[in-house]
Amino acid sequence: MRKNNNILTIFRKECARFFGDRTLVFTAIIMPGLLIYLVYSLIGSGIAKEMQEKIDKAASADKTVMMVENMPSQLAPMIDSLVYFKSGVFDTAEVFAQMRDKENNTIYVVFPENLAVDGRLTPVAPDAPVPHIQIYYNSANLAALQTYSTLVTVLNGWEESVANVFDINADPATQYDVVRADEEREEELDDLLSKLVPMLILMMMFSACMAVAPTAIAGEKERGTIATLLVTPMRRNELAWGKILSITCFALLSGCSSFLGIMLSLPKMVHADDFAIDVNYYGFSDYVCLLVVILCTVLLMVAAVSLLSALAKDTKSAGTLTVPFMLVVMAVGMTPLLGDGVPDNLAYYLIPFYGNVQAMASVFARQVSVLPLVVTLLSNLCYTGLAVWVLTRMFNNEKIMFGR
Amino acid sequence: MDNIASGDNEILRVEGLSKTFTLSRKQQKIEKTRATKKVAVDDVSFTAGRGEIFGLLGPNGAGKTTTLRMLATLIKPDKGDAFVDGSSIVNHPEEVRAKIGFLTSELKLEDFFTPNYLFNFFSQLHGVDAATAAERQRKLFERFGIGDFAEVKVANLSTGMKQKVSLVISLVHDPDIIIFDEPTNGLDVLTARTVTDFLQELRSQGKTIILSTHIFSLVEKLCDRVGIIIDGRLTHCGSLGDICGDLSLEDRFFEIYKEAKGDEQ
Repeated sequence: MRKNNNILTIFRKECARFFGDRTLVFTAIIMPGLLIYLVYSLIGSGIAKEMQEKIDKAASADKTVMMVENMPSQLAPMIDSLVYFKSGVFDTAEVFAQMRDKENNTIYVVFPENLAVDGRLTPVAPDAPVPHIQIYYNSANLAALQTYSTLVTVLNGWEESVANVFDINADPATQYDVVRADEEREEELDDLLSKLVPMLILMMMFSACMAVAPTAIAGEKERGTIATLLVTPMRRNELAWGKILSITCFALLSGCSSFLGIMLSLPKMVHADDFAIDVNYYGFSDYVCLLVVILCTVLLMVAAVSLLSALAKDTKSAGTLTVPFMLVVMAVGMTPLLGDGVPDNLAYYLIPFYGNVQAMASVFARQVSVLPLVVTLLSNLCYTGLAVWVLTRMFNNEKIMFGR
Repeated sequence: MDNIASGDNEILRVEGLSKTFTLSRKQQKIEKTRATKKVAVDDVSFTAGRGEIFGLLGPNGAGKTTTLRMLATLIKPDKGDAFVDGSSIVNHPEEVRAKIGFLTSELKLEDFFTPNYLFNFFSQLHGVDAATAAERQRKLFERFGIGDFAEVKVANLSTGMKQKVSLVISLVHDPDIIIFDEPTNGLDVLTARTVTDFLQELRSQGKTIILSTHIFSLVEKLCDRVGIIIDGRLTHCGSLGDICGDLSLEDRFFEIYKEAKGDEQ
């Protein structure tokens, strides 16, 4: 007789069952990502079209006012149709104050003195700094934003036609968008992501669990194959662990597919440059923390859905039984929208799912603290252990396993 | 009643097993009763010896399957206990499961897998090493002609083929005591014959077989001793000669049934 590793045997059997069934792999792993990608891309295209129409309408309704200092005369014909010029030397503070009004479509452009003389660009000495054109704009005003974007294109074209001799908005220390500093934009982005993304992740995880858990547990009851497993000398807790760990892996794969779908469709969802998310926006440690929270959340969710599936007599009733649980989880997923930032009190992180959502929110808000994460992780492991214990008892309960 | 296997040959001892089920409203309608409880098995005791085929004979709903399910540790008795080669079904169910093979129509095989895969899978769950499992698989597959469809998914097998695979799977660990619930039910005559021949082979190898059936000819052909179970109670237990005397089993059974049911008939 060899030493049994029944958890691994069950795990391998579940993998063979899952990956050997092309329909199951398609519906549980490929389809979620594909659907999310298609639907979000479609929505994104719609939003982009509507946005462009708004910009075009705003641009055609009102010509932008361009307050300009030291503008070379040969540029005027190129942008004359887009703007009303106001040339002169202006009080910067006063101009910025006017521009901060959302209704004000002014942009303010400062050319270096003597960029061009008599229609010809002034030569720049090899060791002298490159001439620098500064364009200030209000991104909240669509017409101003559109004019800013067009002006940059026109100037770049001009620069290439005359030789590469000046830079535009090249000083990283200067805030060219008069209403939104980088920090403010990042804060807004953090806030948006920390409120919405945990809910999205939770929804993806839940649908992933629902795609695999009922088949693996309620499905076994429905097909009558659970009894065949229960007459082997394998301990019931080995069966419970084998099931939960394998379902967790499938759910994670399904979650990854949804995640990929979202990431690939994101560029189509958020067109504006100021919402573009770079992978480097979060640090390595943030990603590690997120991975840990996601892993323990999936484990906890699989454990909970497995318990409900074990209670159900077939996969259909497992779906019905999990609806109230899904509503609770979705409501918990929305809590970051209502709250005022992530909670400091560690006790909140002991609450199943609520603690997970807050931990995820803290990662997206870039306010990760180690202790809440550790509390979430450990409490989740305890709850999963408890769920396995309950599942073991359920596997031992003849009314639950064989009741009709 | 001769409930006791002869000498120190005993491998199974059943002591006062009882099981009561709560009836749902639907079941109450089917059973045409207002009672909320049904005594399925009532104080059943018997023993079985090594190398013996012991039959539980009774009509449908008499408590045969419930008794066997308790012996297989799928359900727990409300009262009493049974000892399989010294292991209690109540206190050491895992030990019992390692010692028995159980075959019933209730135990289904995953349609998705092939007989080859399932044999390996259940061998691993029973802790059988790979070399022994391979040798055992070769012999059993050859004996039942499973090799021809060893790589066909269970879903695509006929009822007879599935029954053969189920039988083989129940023996992956070469148990000393094998419990068969209605082993020939639903089988064509050829497969039924293969199964009955195999049961006799197992007996000749010194294995103990406990089977339940309502087929008189099967009992007469196979069983060394028989227990007659009616309404959950083991009314008679012993060798066929002891129970039947000069009568056929069928005639004697109806006599016993009449005695037990009395005016209810």
